[in-house]
Amino acid sequence: MSAADRRTAAAVELDARSAPPACLLVRGAHLLDTRAGLDGPGDLLVREGRIAEVGSAGALAAPEGCEELDGTGLHAFPAFFDPHVHLRTPGREDEETVESGTRAAAAGGFGGILAMPNTEPVVDTAPVLLSLRERARAEAHVPVGFLAAITHAQAGTELTEMAELADTGAVAFTDDGLPVRSAGVLRLALQYQRLAGRPLALHEEDPGLSGPGAMHEGAVSALLGVAGIPSISESTMVARDAAVAGYEGGRVHMQHLSAGESVEAVANAKARGVAVSAEASPHHLALAEDDVRALDTARKMNPPLRAEADRVALVEGLRSGAIDCVATDHAPHAREEKEEPFELAPMGTTGLETAFAALYTELVVPGVLPLGLVVERMTAGGALFGVPVPTLRPEAEASVCLVDLEARWTVGETGYQSRSINSCFAGRELVSRVRLTVARGAVAWREPAAAASPA
Amino acid sequence: MKRSLLSIEDLARGDIERILDRAESFAEVSGRAIKKVPALRGRTVLNLFYEASTRTSSSFELAAKRLSADTVSVSVQGSSVEKGESLKDTVRTLSAYDPALVVIRSPWAGAAELVAGWTPAGVVNAGDGKREHPTQALLDLYTLWRRVGRLDGLKVWIVGDVLHSRVARSNILAFVRMGCEVTVAGPPTLIPREIGSLGCRVRSSLDELGEADVVYALRMQRERMEDAFVPSLREYAERYQIDARRLQSHQILMHPGPVNRGVELSAEVIDSPQALISQQVESGVVVRMAVLYELLASGDEVSAAASGRADGAVPDPLASDPGRAVEAVRGERVAVPVGPSR
Repeated sequence: MSAADRRTAAAVELDARSAPPACLLVRGAHLLDTRAGLDGPGDLLVREGRIAEVGSAGALAAPEGCEELDGTGLHAFPAFFDPHVHLRTPGREDEETVESGTRAAAAGGFGGILAMPNTEPVVDTAPVLLSLRERARAEAHVPVGFLAAITHAQAGTELTEMAELADTGAVAFTDDGLPVRSAGVLRLALQYQRLAGRPLALHEEDPGLSGPGAMHEGAVSALLGVAGIPSISESTMVARDAAVAGYEGGRVHMQHLSAGESVEAVANAKARGVAVSAEASPHHLALAEDDVRALDTARKMNPPLRAEADRVALVEGLRSGAIDCVATDHAPHAREEKEEPFELAPMGTTGLETAFAALYTELVVPGVLPLGLVVERMTAGGALFGVPVPTLRPEAEASVCLVDLEARWTVGETGYQSRSINSCFAGRELVSRVRLTVARGAVAWREPAAAASPA
Repeated sequence: MKRSLLSIEDLARGDIERILDRAESFAEVSGRAIKKVPALRGRTVLNLFYEASTRTSSSFELAAKRLSADTVSVSVQGSSVEKGESLKDTVRTLSAYDPALVVIRSPWAGAAELVAGWTPAGVVNAGDGKREHPTQALLDLYTLWRRVGRLDGLKVWIVGDVLHSRVARSNILAFVRMGCEVTVAGPPTLIPREIGSLGCRVRSSLDELGEADVVYALRMQRERMEDAFVPSLREYAERYQIDARRLQSHQILMHPGPVNRGVELSAEVIDSPQALISQQVESGVVVRMAVLYELLASGDEVSAAASGRADGAVPDPLASDPGRAVEAVRGERVAVPVGPSR
């Protein structure tokens, strides 16, 4: 089995509430799906929840009883996939629930997400995982997959019952929020992976190097006297874990890369044939340390916003494919927890509802990255974990988002679907707005203002 | 319009010079038998201290009282903070007393900015975490300026634990703004990476200390040994202590206090005529009077509106006529018996 093959996990089942399959004709939108060779105006017919037909603009007719939507001025993409979301359930339903988090995902154009297990309690046993899957089948607006912890209570010492958890539907394993501190424990997890068969997603950080750090160690932390988290805290662990994974022939996914050295370490490991993949978040791709000069707690996250050179390295990694996909690391926090001095506030920003718009505004509009590439990377996260790549090709289960690339909006002014408001982009004007999302063949989101006329 | 002093970064050179001039005029008041002017009569200054502080809190309180303001001092001990009240709620509650100014000391960077967002009062940062301590920097500039007359081109060496020092950060910014050439020197483990971006040079030894006109020693806290930033006080003192061997006769010595005798400074230099340490403490009151006055009573808008004078003439803060001062500040005529201010 080649490294490329091992980077694609076996098929997996996600959970969502059942919804009536969509029947929808989108007329005259710009259809963009580079993998399917689509990049131009056309009509798109969704019927019985599948992509029924793709034709040139004006070529398709709406079947009886099917909704017809004027797509003029809109773009149709395969719906995005987010492999890194915190749904805060169970335990902190005041911050997010499966229902609100998946609604936020749908509003951001996502047709599927993966949820992290660092909840209260931690998802480290089959019963907790089962109850979450049940909840998702009752209330999730878009399909959700759940990850389980690598170690019991994320304590970093004893492995969870990974085989049983995999049989119960765990999409992958992660101690996200914390690193697997001991290389020995990680090695055991990689050996056991041969039994469990699911990827390990790794939060890469050396606690000894991060210390009490609250922001990137650099010019801004020097000015503000705030303890810094150096880039090497992440990059040394990326290199270490890639080496361990290579030795064991294991499959690892590096979460939320933030430092240029980490991108380099991933690229090196890939070149050596290690089955490693990586993600980067919209905030690390669009913002840098200068953006925390005012100590805005909404911009405090882990890993921290780094130097401009790191941001540029991430963008180049996304372009080259060293970074496989975009992941939001959507991390809702209660308002009162963020209304504290920077050093005391918890780390994390929401991201589902701003992800595409932030990347479009900061990278596509200025001409840094082509739109097609951004859409590819925003849709690539699922395949790394065995979820089919969304596509506009006929026959595929419909997973589509309609986006108005001309729309301008100010983050925070129109409210959020998420229960939390801690967006690092709050107050910024962004370009592009998701008007409609179809997930697993059903309409999962329709912007209240979106014009829709029944045929 | 509310005005605040949150960071040295917010002050232009002209702003700093105005504060130093103002402080000098208040120094004259401090020489009087009755060290009080009525400039802020009827205004309330709230001191909110989340960290133990002797000299900063007492000098702010004294400064406010010498300007005839009412003062309320709240410290963590014995306040509702211990009951788990958030900073925001504490500030909102105390703002109900309608203070003109909140003076805040906090162990956390950016606390003063947060407070400024939560109260209609002006805010003075009296130290936020390891970030800044702007009034310390201003009183240091004032003390040095009084001694040497001119700050431009002075070579200032800041020596010691820069990493954990809010004084260091404010002073680097302030000295640089006033045209000094600033060098920071200390153990490499206690010098923040990229501190040079503040406009200073970085040295890890005192070999070139002889070039300095001013040696500014920082406090070396014992906790830093426990955190293993330096192997021992002995080795620290050996390499970085300012003593009679290192301090030359043409150099001025400063220290923000309190001094660890025998650690960052040797006893003989503390008591030498080159040391400005006690003058720094003295300057604390007049410089903080100047800051309070500049924020609350100075400025065209305040003086023109408040004095009712069309020419917008600035009221004289040193006037000992209480009636006139009250008129100037409050903008209304109040009958006040003439006599020495209380």
